[in-house]
Amino acid sequence: MRWNFLALIGSVILQFFGAVGRLAMFTGKGLLHCVTPPFYPRILLRQMLQIGYYSLPVIGLTAFFTGAVLALQIYIGGARFNAESLVSSIVVLGITRELGPVIGGLMVAGRVSAAMAAEIGTMRVTEQIDALTTLSTNPVKYLVAPRLIAGATMLPLLVLVADVIGVFGGFVVGTEKLGFNVGIYLQNTIDFLHMDDVISGLVKASIFGFLISLMGCYHGFMSRGGAQGVGRATTNAVVSASIMILTANYIITELFFAQ
Amino acid sequence: MNTAAASNGHPKISLKGVTKHFGPKQVLRGIDLEVQRGQSLVIIGGSGTGKSVMLKCILGLLQPDGGSIHIDGQDVTHLKGRDREEVMARMGMLFQGGALFDSLKVWENVAFGLIQGKGMPREKARDIAMAKLAQVGLSADVGELSPAELSGGMQKRVGLARAIATDPEIIFFDEPTTGLDPIMADVINDLIVKCVKELGATTMSITHDMASARKIADRVAMIYEGRIIWHGMAGDVDHSGNDHVDQFINGRAEGPIRMQVRKL
Repeated sequence: MRWNFLALIGSVILQFFGAVGRLAMFTGKGLLHCVTPPFYPRILLRQMLQIGYYSLPVIGLTAFFTGAVLALQIYIGGARFNAESLVSSIVVLGITRELGPVIGGLMVAGRVSAAMAAEIGTMRVTEQIDALTTLSTNPVKYLVAPRLIAGATMLPLLVLVADVIGVFGGFVVGTEKLGFNVGIYLQNTIDFLHMDDVISGLVKASIFGFLISLMGCYHGFMSRGGAQGVGRATTNAVVSASIMILTANYIITELFFAQ
Repeated sequence: MNTAAASNGHPKISLKGVTKHFGPKQVLRGIDLEVQRGQSLVIIGGSGTGKSVMLKCILGLLQPDGGSIHIDGQDVTHLKGRDREEVMARMGMLFQGGALFDSLKVWENVAFGLIQGKGMPREKARDIAMAKLAQVGLSADVGELSPAELSGGMQKRVGLARAIATDPEIIFFDEPTTGLDPIMADVINDLIVKCVKELGATTMSITHDMASARKIADRVAMIYEGRIIWHGMAGDVDHSGNDHVDQFINGRAEGPIRMQVRKL
C-alpha cells in the first residue's frame, strides 16, 4: 500500500515534468518558426482579424462596464472627501495599469484560446495536421506561428481600445449619475493619465496575447481521442490561459513595474 | 543525390526490421517489406494490426523505434527538417477520412501542395487543381465549394485529387474505400488505378476491403500482430497456403486469427 502511494507521487511528478518539457519544446519551436521563413501573410491577416477585430464588441462592452462599476464603487467606498478627483484618478489608474490588460486578456482568452484549441484539436483528430506534413508544410509554422504573432500584436491594440472605453465608462457614470462636473472630471483624468501606466499595460497585454495563443495552439495540438478529446482541449486551453495570465500579471508587475 | 540513387536498381520503398511501440503495447514487431518501382502493393490485415502505424512510419509522421526505412535507396528513417520535406515532396497521401482542410475551398485544398509546398503562383496552381479535379470526375464549380458541402464519396475524390496534384512518385492510400457504398467504392478503385497508371507512380495501400485489394493490387502483403506473415502476387492470394490469409480473405470468424472481443 505504501509503495503504491510512493509510486503515485512519482508518476504525478513525472507527468508534471513531462508536461513542462513538452510545453517548453512547443514554445521554443513556435518562437523559432515565427522568425524563420516561409511566412504565411494570408493566415496571419486572417488570425489578426479573428483575434483583433472580432473581439472588439466583447472588449468594448466589458471595458465600459468595468470602468462604470469602478467609478460607482470608488464613490460609494471613498466618497467622504474629494470624491471627484479620487474617482477619476482611480478609474484612469486602475483601468490602464491593471483592469484593461487583465480583463481584456481574460475575455480574449475565453473567446480566442477556446476557438483555437477546438479548431486545431479537430484538425488533429481528423488527420488534417498529418495531411499538412504530407503536403510539405510544417504544421507548427503554418498553424502556430501566425497565431502567436497575431496574439502578441493584437491584444495590445485591443487593450488600448479597452483603456479608452473603460475610462469613458467611468466618465459616464461620474458625470451622469454621480453629478461630477465634466470639465473637472476630464482635467483630473488627464492629470493622472501617465504614459508609463499605459505602456506597462500594453507590454503586459502583448505577453498575455502570446500566452492566449500559445495555450490554444498547444492544447489543440496535443488533443487526442475524438470529440471528447477536443472538448477537453478547449476547456484546458481556457483554464490554463486564464491562470497563466493572472500569474504572469503578478510576476511582470513585481519584476518591472512595482518600483 | 536522391535521383542518382534512384537509378541504381534499389527498390522504391524498403523496410528492414521496423519496430514501434506505444507504452507497453508493441505494435510493429519487425516489418520487412519491399516495393519495386511502379508497383502497387496492398497491405491487408485486421483493425489494430499495425497497418496505419507502418504507413505513418514510412511517411515520417511517426518515428520507428528500430529498423530502417529506405526510399530509392536513401535512408529516410531519421530525416528531419528540410531533408524530410524534400522526401515528402515526392510522396502523396490519401487519408482515410479525406483530411481536407475545412477552412479552405475545395480547389485550394487540391492546390495546397503546389502553393505552399512548391511556391507556385495561385492562378497557375488553380488551373492545375481544376484539371486534377476533372481527372477525378469533379466539375469546376465543385472547386468553389467548401469541403463540408461535399458527400463522403466526393470528399474521397477531392482527397485523391490532392494526393496526385503534385505528381508524386509514391502515393499512399489509407483505407480508400472505407465508409463508401459498394458502387462508390468501385468508382474510387477505378480512379485510383487510372490515376496511378497515368502518373506511373509506386503505390502502397492499406485496406481490409478485399474487393478493393483485388482491384488495385499488383502484390499483396498481409500484416498480423505487427509482422508481415504473407507476401505475394495479387493473383496468388486465393491459394496462398496460409491459414491466416485464407481466414482473412474469406472473412471467417473461426480460424487461427482470434479477435480480441473482451475489454482491454
